[in-house]
Amino acid sequence: MKSIKELEEIRNRTLEKVNLRKDRQTGIRVVVGMATCGIAAGARPVLHAFMEEISKRKLQDVIVTQTGCIGVCRLEPIVEVFVPGEEKVTYVEMTPEKVARVVAEHIVNGRVVKEFTIGSYE
Amino acid sequence: MELYRSHVLICGGTGCTSSGSDKVADKFDSELKKHDLDKEVKVVRTGCFGLCEVGPIVVVYPEGAFYSRITEEDVKLIVEEHLMKGRIVKDLLYDDSVKDDIIKSLSEVEFYKKQMRVALKGCGLIDPEDIDEYIAIDGYRALAKAVTEMTPEQVIDTLKESGLRGRGGAGFPTGLKWSFAAKAEGDEKYVICNADEGDPGAFMDRSILEGDPHAIIEAMTIAGYCIDASQGFIYVRAEYPIAVKRLNIAINQAKEYGLLGKNIFDSGFDFDLEVRLGAGAFVCGEETALISSIEGKRGEPTPKPPFPANEGVFGKPTLINNVETFANIPQILLNGPEWFTKIGTEKSKGTKVFALGGKINNTGLVEVPMGTTLREIVYEVGGGIPNGKKFKAAQTGGPSGGCIPASNLDVPIDYESLAQVGSMMGSGGLIIMDEDNCMVDIAKFFLQFTVDESCGKCPPCRIGTKRMLEILEKITSGNGTMEDIDNLEILANNIKQSALCGLGQTAPNPVLSTLTYFRDEYIAHVKDKKCPAGVCTNLLSYEIIEDKCRGCGLCARSCPVTAISGEKKKPYKIDQDKCIKCGACMEKCPFGAIIRK
Ligand SMILES: Cc1cc2nc3c(=O)[nH]c(=O)nc-3n(C[C@H](O)[C@H](O)[C@H](O)COP(=O)(O)O)c2cc1C
Ligand code: SF4
Ligand code: SF4
Ligand code: SF4
Ligand code: FES
Ligand code: FES
Repeated sequence: MKSIKELEEIRNRTLEKVNLRKDRQTGIRVVVGMATCGIAAGARPVLHAFMEEISKRKLQDVIVTQTGCIGVCRLEPIVEVFVPGEEKVTYVEMTPEKVARVVAEHIVNGRVVKEFTIGSYE
Repeated sequence: MELYRSHVLICGGTGCTSSGSDKVADKFDSELKKHDLDKEVKVVRTGCFGLCEVGPIVVVYPEGAFYSRITEEDVKLIVEEHLMKGRIVKDLLYDDSVKDDIIKSLSEVEFYKKQMRVALKGCGLIDPEDIDEYIAIDGYRALAKAVTEMTPEQVIDTLKESGLRGRGGAGFPTGLKWSFAAKAEGDEKYVICNADEGDPGAFMDRSILEGDPHAIIEAMTIAGYCIDASQGFIYVRAEYPIAVKRLNIAINQAKEYGLLGKNIFDSGFDFDLEVRLGAGAFVCGEETALISSIEGKRGEPTPKPPFPANEGVFGKPTLINNVETFANIPQILLNGPEWFTKIGTEKSKGTKVFALGGKINNTGLVEVPMGTTLREIVYEVGGGIPNGKKFKAAQTGGPSGGCIPASNLDVPIDYESLAQVGSMMGSGGLIIMDEDNCMVDIAKFFLQFTVDESCGKCPPCRIGTKRMLEILEKITSGNGTMEDIDNLEILANNIKQSALCGLGQTAPNPVLSTLTYFRDEYIAHVKDKKCPAGVCTNLLSYEIIEDKCRGCGLCARSCPVTAISGEKKKPYKIDQDKCIKCGACMEKCPFGAIIRK
């Protein structure tokens, strides 16, 4: 190790990985339905896309977690976004491509992407 | 970089390892592989989380689900339910972590609420065998800052301003000690980490080494820079194999990264570290004895002065600090001395780690700000006394310390307050006693320890403590006199003043403090020939209450020496001359007719 810069590089490279282990009571929660039908419909790549997008943008206070059956299997993959103090938003038929928009518009800028929500499908 | 969506943290501390956390971790590895999740879920073996009592501990992030008492069989369920389907397995959660169906985060669990993790910062958070994880939580930044931006004097001044005092027992100001070693003249100097930790019931230092070894390496390197030493030794007990293994791994990783060795951070500063194994004699924790032991001689204390700062290992100036002391140092340099002085009390800054044990619900490892009261530690952090028993006393400071009675439950835990009530901080064993503990017996236990561990070099300690023990044995066997109590006290004070090293000088403390607070118990042993807590075998008698006895005869059959006789359906009797006080009859009696007095 010759410089602080080198140290910083290792730190930044590893930070994301350790950062997940934080005790969070605030912040946004993205919950992906990962029951059998969710996984079959492609929930896993969606979850990964969220992880990647969030880490790329270094969003510190967002956690991505999973849940079991949400109840509307035909619209899987389903993702719920919980912003503190606001009503939860349910996105349906998610794809990795849609994820980028949800992160950019909803999570970063606070504008719900209406056309992906359950409301516009039902 | 690979991104993991979940992290499974499995405690790899000694407590959890001995209850099988290794097997649990292996099982996670294999189950995750089986379900093709090994690229998505990261398994990390960490250091102690603190709640060793309910180990093996497993924590799953990002949810922060805190699972306790996890067995190999539970792993499949956690993988299939929690990690595959996102359903937290409520039945396996630590009791206190679920309330009204909401999972509390770790910091909300009662056990952690009053705690503050400074020395234990990385413990239970990072993989101690992965230097990158240590770096991710700002590891080695303090070292980088010290050697590239600060002069040794500036680092030492920072420590002085922080008010940090030694955590190895006596509480000597760390900054001052460093400045002595820095000023000492010598062509070569050394830095030593005292990781002997021989106090009965203590495992704070071991846990830090197991959970965050790089913190010690970083701090010792900073110390080397400050006093101009190029070699350090970590003196660890050979009976701490996990700590030794992780330390060696950490040292090798630090060397590979150039964080140990030549020209650290291109500053021209060289420093190297070596682990030295101790054979596990309590006296070897005393600094002069430890130094002799490192030199390859018998671990016997020598008079001070000369102090190690001037004449230490191989006669060279040597800085010696405790593990927990070192663990605080990177944090102080990173966050600034003002941050540190805001934690704790007027004269005792920062936090203190305790190994909480004895009659307490949450036995384990805790770190609280100095000044937290004993009551808070016992009832809030420790969760109170099991089985609805009453708190009787807390023993702090190990064999060098004393007992604090219930009337002093509100004593703030800091160096001065503990000394004021006749105990001491010591290294941090905190043993809780309830009404079933006999205080004379406790004093005897600690004195027995001292007698066994005395190196025998000086008569007051070698002969005096032995004499004290004999008197205590006389008292607990019912043959003591009031004169014995007086003699015990005189002897104790003489040894305190004349022993050569700290072991002998502090050995009488458990006796003196129990004499102060629980003298009536001593007197009961002598005058009434009774042990009020019902511990000292010789002073007990088992008796059958006639009214309650139904004459079933179960007791007579369980007595190993046929001391019980009687006729069916009539009250039985115990022949006190034959009875060996084993207690078997009392356990057997279905009607509670046998009492111990
Ligand atoms: C009998 C005896 C045993 C000791 N055992 C230890 C020990 O296990 N660990 C420790 O750090 N200090 C122990 N000490 C205290 C050391 O001599 C020394 O004061 C301490 O390591 C200094 O470090 P500090 O200033 O960081 O507290 C012991 C002292 C005595 C008298
Ligand atoms: S006080 Fe005890 S341990 Fe210390 S030097 Fe004397 S005999 Fe040895
Ligand atoms: S205490 Fe033991 S020895 Fe004494 S009467 Fe009961 S069973 Fe027999
Ligand atoms: S077991 Fe209890 S009830 Fe039965 S004979 Fe003994 S003392 Fe009496
Ligand atoms: S299993 Fe996906 S909504 Fe029911
Ligand atoms: S050893 Fe696992 S919690 Fe302490």
